[in-house]
Amino acid sequence: MGAQLRALWGWFDARMPSVAEQWKIHAAGYYAPKNFNFWYFFGSLAMLVLGIQIVSGIFLTMNYKPDANLAFGSVEYIMRDVPGGWLLRYIHSTGASAFFVVVYLHMFRGMLYGSYKQPRELVWIFGVLIYLTLMGEAFFGYLLPWGQMSYWGAQVIVNLFGAVPFIGEDLAVWIRGDYVVSDATLNRFFALHVIAFPLVLLGLVVAHILALHDVGSNNPDGVEIKKVKGPDGHPLDGIPFHPYYTVKDIMGAVLFLAIFCFIMFFVPEVGGYFLEYNNFIPADPLKTPEHIAPVWYFTPFYSILRAVPPLFNSQFPGVMAMGIATMILFFLPWLDRSPVKSIRYRGVLYKSWLAAFVVVFLILGYLGTENTNVWGQFGFDAFFLDTKDIATWAARVCTVVYFLFFFLMPWYTARDKVLPVPERVTA
Amino acid sequence: MRKLLLVALFAPLAAFAAGGGYPLDRSPHDPRDMVSLQSGARTFVNYCLGCHSAQYMRYQSLTALGLSEQQIRDHLMFTADKIGEPMKGPMSVKEGKQWFGVAPPDLSVIARSRGANWLYTYLRTFYRDPKATTGWNNAVFPNVGMPHALWMLQGERRMEVAAGGHGHVDYKWSELSRGAQSATEYDATVRDLVNFLVYVGEPHAASRQTIGVLTLFALGVLFVLAYLLKKEYWKDVH
Repeated sequence: MGAQLRALWGWFDARMPSVAEQWKIHAAGYYAPKNFNFWYFFGSLAMLVLGIQIVSGIFLTMNYKPDANLAFGSVEYIMRDVPGGWLLRYIHSTGASAFFVVVYLHMFRGMLYGSYKQPRELVWIFGVLIYLTLMGEAFFGYLLPWGQMSYWGAQVIVNLFGAVPFIGEDLAVWIRGDYVVSDATLNRFFALHVIAFPLVLLGLVVAHILALHDVGSNNPDGVEIKKVKGPDGHPLDGIPFHPYYTVKDIMGAVLFLAIFCFIMFFVPEVGGYFLEYNNFIPADPLKTPEHIAPVWYFTPFYSILRAVPPLFNSQFPGVMAMGIATMILFFLPWLDRSPVKSIRYRGVLYKSWLAAFVVVFLILGYLGTENTNVWGQFGFDAFFLDTKDIATWAARVCTVVYFLFFFLMPWYTARDKVLPVPERVTA
Repeated sequence: MRKLLLVALFAPLAAFAAGGGYPLDRSPHDPRDMVSLQSGARTFVNYCLGCHSAQYMRYQSLTALGLSEQQIRDHLMFTADKIGEPMKGPMSVKEGKQWFGVAPPDLSVIARSRGANWLYTYLRTFYRDPKATTGWNNAVFPNVGMPHALWMLQGERRMEVAAGGHGHVDYKWSELSRGAQSATEYDATVRDLVNFLVYVGEPHAASRQTIGVLTLFALGVLFVLAYLLKKEYWKDVH
């Protein structure tokens, strides 16, 4: 029996790329630095969440109806009458937010240790593409429950395209398939959410990992482990990904799933941040909610959009600012002129700017969930005050800092006083 | 469209809590109290279901409240023939719009959009207002289209708003006529009704938490094993 199975396996292996070979390249023979720390869990966790979203999404699709008259009810049907449906729905809604938590931490890891720098520029670019695709995926998915926030959130975001000069109106109609967000919009967003974007996402993830495994992983010290090899040809500071990092990532995954399950089973709404309260009201095209806020993972960019004042009665500058705020990530490998990669050997300039960036990103994120009058108003009048809302001005200051972090990067990274980088990784 | 964008994005937006800023009371409902849930179900079908629906809820699922199908048929099913039917009120959306200006909203997930505290306060703060079309107004939801459906229980009350110091607003309540219930009894009726609405908002909430405890326990055990496995493998990494 054993010999027959081996023969069958051999038959397959002779007729396709050798599985054993691939396993060796990507797992058992892939040497990763031995000094990965806490921040290095989030890459494999992102893949785990992608898997969770795909599987739970497939089962949700079996009972969901992409129809403006039925969508809201079909979600409630899943929550009540489909056996285990409530669990699938909460897995998917918690997974959406968890995906962004994990991806934001994964990206921040890259910034901490300079993982985007030469020779990993392409790994980073694929990563940014994954992030942008994920934003689209989340946006399309958020329309599907057809609640008030789904509807008006989509209305606002699609209208952003309407702010593009000359072609804007037509562009917005083309995206919606109608003059307002309607059944046609819901149907195409459903198609994009369940087929188009997941396909792109999977392809990009494969490219991201292929590129990574070609150049090799960075590490918290930012030294190239391939430079110092032992007599066996393997990096002295490297260990095979399997079994070392597979068992370590399993441990991380279990811890992550515990946090995930705690949220999902005990606080699935997370105070209105993961599931907005207004989204339990069916979409009503005739009733604009008083407060439209996107889900938390979009709010830093929403804040930037709101902070930029309109020019000649057009919101285009704000839309541009929001677009640039995300697109600028592509250029990070070339904006950073520092001779060292890791934060451990960088000087006070980069450290301060990165800290400022994190703080303003969080403030922008918070302000995006609130009304612009959340911090009250200035008590005085001045000619330059187009709005007296303190929060709007705070968002403007934060927006400026956000952009300065990137625009001044070539200057402050080149001038920073860096520490000497060791030959080998530190324990 | 551009105007809509302006309104949606850049106009100073009003506060999230729609209403006159009336302070909300904390709802004392207890989702494990079956008697309270059953009493809430009774109030719901007798006083709410005339105009509102809970169309995503089936009568049959009320068995989770410790009621038999026969009890549900006999005491709660006024608007359906079969136990598997949804809790739909007799009033159509069109009629509701005609009679009240706005159609009474479906109450299946009202506790999830409004919150229990809001409902608990709202249902206890109706007052007589001769200027309103229905003769009723509400402190939490000013100019609400809904009349006080429970007025025979609570009685009729009047509310006066007096400006206190430091921008503080004082609300003065006075009784115009007595209802069938005392103030304490009425608070309990509303508590039970809110309890029921919270249950209807997410019928599986209780099993969600039970499964959650078991899952977290299993993951805890798994984590210990995963940690030990990792430790064992990493012994030879220096």
